[in-house]
Amino acid sequence: MEHKNWNGFKGELWKNEINVRDFIQNNYKEYIGDDSFLASATERTQHLMKNVQGLFALERQFGGVLEIDTATVSSLTSYSPGYIDKENEIIVGMQTNRPLKRGVCPFGGIRMARQACEAYGYKLSEKIEEEFHYRTTHNDGVFRAYTDEMRKARKCHVITGLPDAYGRGRIIGDYRRVALYGIDRLIEEKKKDKASLADAIFDTETTRLDEELFQQITFLGKLKEMAQMYGFDISNPAENAREAIQWTYFAYLGAIKEQNGAAMSLGRVSTFFDIYIERDIENGILTEEHAQELIDDFVMKLRIARHLRTPEYNELFGGDPMWITEAVGGMGEDGRTLVTKSSFRVLNTLYTLGSSPEPNLTILWSTSLPANFKRFCAKVSADTDSIQYENDDIMRPVYGDDYAIACCVSAMKIGKQMQFFGARCNLAKLLLIAINGGYDTTSGMHIGPQMDVMTGDKLDFEKVMERYDIYIQWLSKLYVNTMNIIHYMHDKYCYEKTQMALHDTDVNRLMAFGIAGLSVVADSLSAIKFADVQPVRDDNGFIVDFNTVGDFPTYGNDDDRVDFIAKDMTHRFITELRKTPTYRKAEHTLSVLTITSNVTYGKNTGATPDGRKASAPFAPGANPMHNREKNGALASLNSVAKISYDDCRDGVSNTFTITPEALGKTEDERITNLVTILDGYFSKKAHHININVLNRETLMDAYENPEKYPNLTIRVSGYAVNFSKLSREQQREVISRTFHEAI
Amino acid sequence: MSLKGRIHSFQSLGTVDGPGIRFVVFLQGCNLRCGCCHNPDTWDVAGGTEYTADEILAKVLRFREYFGEKGGITLSGGEPLLQSEFSYELFTLCHKNRINTCLDTSGCIFSDDVKKLLTVTDRVLLDVKYADDESYRKYVGCSLSKPIEFLEYLNEQGIPVTLRQVIIPTLNDSNQSVNFLDTLRKKYSVVDKIELLPFRKICQVKYDDMGIEFPFKDISVPSKEIMDKLNQML
Repeated sequence: MEHKNWNGFKGELWKNEINVRDFIQNNYKEYIGDDSFLASATERTQHLMKNVQGLFALERQFGGVLEIDTATVSSLTSYSPGYIDKENEIIVGMQTNRPLKRGVCPFGGIRMARQACEAYGYKLSEKIEEEFHYRTTHNDGVFRAYTDEMRKARKCHVITGLPDAYGRGRIIGDYRRVALYGIDRLIEEKKKDKASLADAIFDTETTRLDEELFQQITFLGKLKEMAQMYGFDISNPAENAREAIQWTYFAYLGAIKEQNGAAMSLGRVSTFFDIYIERDIENGILTEEHAQELIDDFVMKLRIARHLRTPEYNELFGGDPMWITEAVGGMGEDGRTLVTKSSFRVLNTLYTLGSSPEPNLTILWSTSLPANFKRFCAKVSADTDSIQYENDDIMRPVYGDDYAIACCVSAMKIGKQMQFFGARCNLAKLLLIAINGGYDTTSGMHIGPQMDVMTGDKLDFEKVMERYDIYIQWLSKLYVNTMNIIHYMHDKYCYEKTQMALHDTDVNRLMAFGIAGLSVVADSLSAIKFADVQPVRDDNGFIVDFNTVGDFPTYGNDDDRVDFIAKDMTHRFITELRKTPTYRKAEHTLSVLTITSNVTYGKNTGATPDGRKASAPFAPGANPMHNREKNGALASLNSVAKISYDDCRDGVSNTFTITPEALGKTEDERITNLVTILDGYFSKKAHHININVLNRETLMDAYENPEKYPNLTIRVSGYAVNFSKLSREQQREVISRTFHEAI
Repeated sequence: MSLKGRIHSFQSLGTVDGPGIRFVVFLQGCNLRCGCCHNPDTWDVAGGTEYTADEILAKVLRFREYFGEKGGITLSGGEPLLQSEFSYELFTLCHKNRINTCLDTSGCIFSDDVKKLLTVTDRVLLDVKYADDESYRKYVGCSLSKPIEFLEYLNEQGIPVTLRQVIIPTLNDSNQSVNFLDTLRKKYSVVDKIELLPFRKICQVKYDDMGIEFPFKDISVPSKEIMDKLNQML
């Protein structure tokens, strides 16, 4: 198959089948030079960005939500076109008819939509209430099926954050396909897939797939219609860079109009765009300045993407992030780097448009990346605290060289794999429940296997582990079953039609479980093993506190005695999870990631044997507990690097904050040292790191004087936030984290 | 190798004590009592924890991936020259493992053991505290001739040197004081770098914890302007 818009593009395979990777491999130009070619923002960009900044300020004044359309159910074609400044935009498309106006997505759950409206002084329209009176939402379905035990586990917060009341997210459509092939070709391929089912036995699986394909085809049609409303015909392949970016953005826009999933990640588009940009530059129809302008305009659109959330959700996640994650860089399987000039251009938006948490720019780091690119990334980190790093050298062997990151740390092959997202369970709380024989002291609920409270004046390590194992087995099975219900119902009542249309029909599924409180558990078990932990009982005989006497090694000091406890916990847990089969034969994966919910998890957990007080925050993700690192930053990194990616295929998140002084005396030294640290950390097979280069004083000042820092961005756990959008409690927790300082 | 060293603590990410990224070992025990000292907890020669050189090497090796082209180990303290024999053992092991070695010292001790240690030392960070003998005797407790003698030996041996001085307002923040460092650089070709470090007072808590007075508690920290001005002279 040929198309005139593919003129100048090499390769054959991608023309005959849907295969974006093959197109990229045949056509991209690796770039190993430095950042000196980059252009700054044009006057047009600056003007438009000023408009956007004004809207952000207004949104803050309105308490975080500028406007809600309470009468329209968000979908691809349900709003008339919206603009920031029509004449000056070069990439167009809004979620609703006005920037920052939020739409309502009730298919995940009407209750959440209703509550979110009410929290901001709105009321969901009678019309929608009426319509959904006769519809089943994902949320309705889940609660029809939940068992009593599932409800209890949820209520006492041993499993939390489950996507049972809104869109599950964590699915990345291959949005590039729309630009490369045009909608008509994609519809044609899906129709072929549907027709090929004709001879199959129509069991549950096939019947469901057949209906899903019908929905996918319908929504590809709607996507075309949506673009038409903005005056674009996306039936055919994109003809130039501007169209390639516009088409891709339309596809992403369709997805976020349809779904309010927790994390709506973008994928890996910059090197794809680069091919079109380079072709246009060669053909003399594009300059560097305009290439940057196209990327700037696209990124600006991503920065104003919003979903309507409840204040509770915002509290859990520190604002209302969408995790529009874009994976940048990495190496190809043939040894060439996938870094292109557009990898630099997309990072450059943190200068042309200023620092920002979104899109969640994620560097796929390999020790083999070009030196100039490494240095540029380090400079961007030190200047903006807005980017994160993930280890391409350990992910590439698993996912190939065309994978992306959903949310924060979840890798998946683009268009070939999807994920069933499953939040996380609280391992520290589970330890306390186990010690108390199936009683949760914080909620006062009996849950899990019922047995005696552990006896004796001192906790015995072997006995505790024996007991803990029983509860891990119990929770693992419950957790998998709960997830199976959630995703069955989501497929049934809130299926991602647009996004799944941009996947291969024969998609591979992952089911992502998570744990919180890893460092608390590791240190607690270390205390039980190496020191004397004496339980303190309440009047009813339940253990509510501990007196810990003597020293014990703590996680974060490169001490194998305790680090291996942490490593072993993740191994035990994933091994147990794998014993219960999953919905649609998904592959079990595990993450150690809390986002900002480490504060909430801590709030719902009693005192622990490591000396952590009841209700005190956990450390985020796989981080060591605050200020327990006594041997400096690299020892802390070494501890985290021991957690095996084979056990935690859904990611191991580490957030690292260092003062500029501790990183080096001059800018040049700081950059060199940061590159060296990243190379060292990742060569130890670590998975992820967020880098903040800042002083505690800056954050304290921002805490006291938020108006002075409206755009202060910091990395938290797997993504970045606007510091001013964190709750006061989260701000205090971030300030109390370990800052690696010069001594 | 059964000799044990007394160690105060480890810092796995050192970026200010020698080139590149360094694993810094703070040795316990010091023969001086400098008024500006920010590690009074390292003075007591009987304190700290004992480690063999092998044990420390094992730790260092866990960080070699972070050393890049220039990094390595730095011995600081305390005064590492008080444990020259042990330090020699440790540096020898590091050299066997191709790890760059750096010694952070006051240069106030000189002996055959020190000479031996210098045979396995790749760089010395030499702390020249004041430009005159009187201040040296008053605020350090030894003669200025000691570090100069040490520097002369380093020059003979061709060991690269970074001269360092903590800038303490009223005591050594004059142009004259900084000129002295520059004179040393011109005279001794091994000196390839001079670092001026601002006097800081965050160590006050350590003095409080130990229940002793911080001798320079009333001296203010140098302004950024002073530091910039002095740095420009170099």
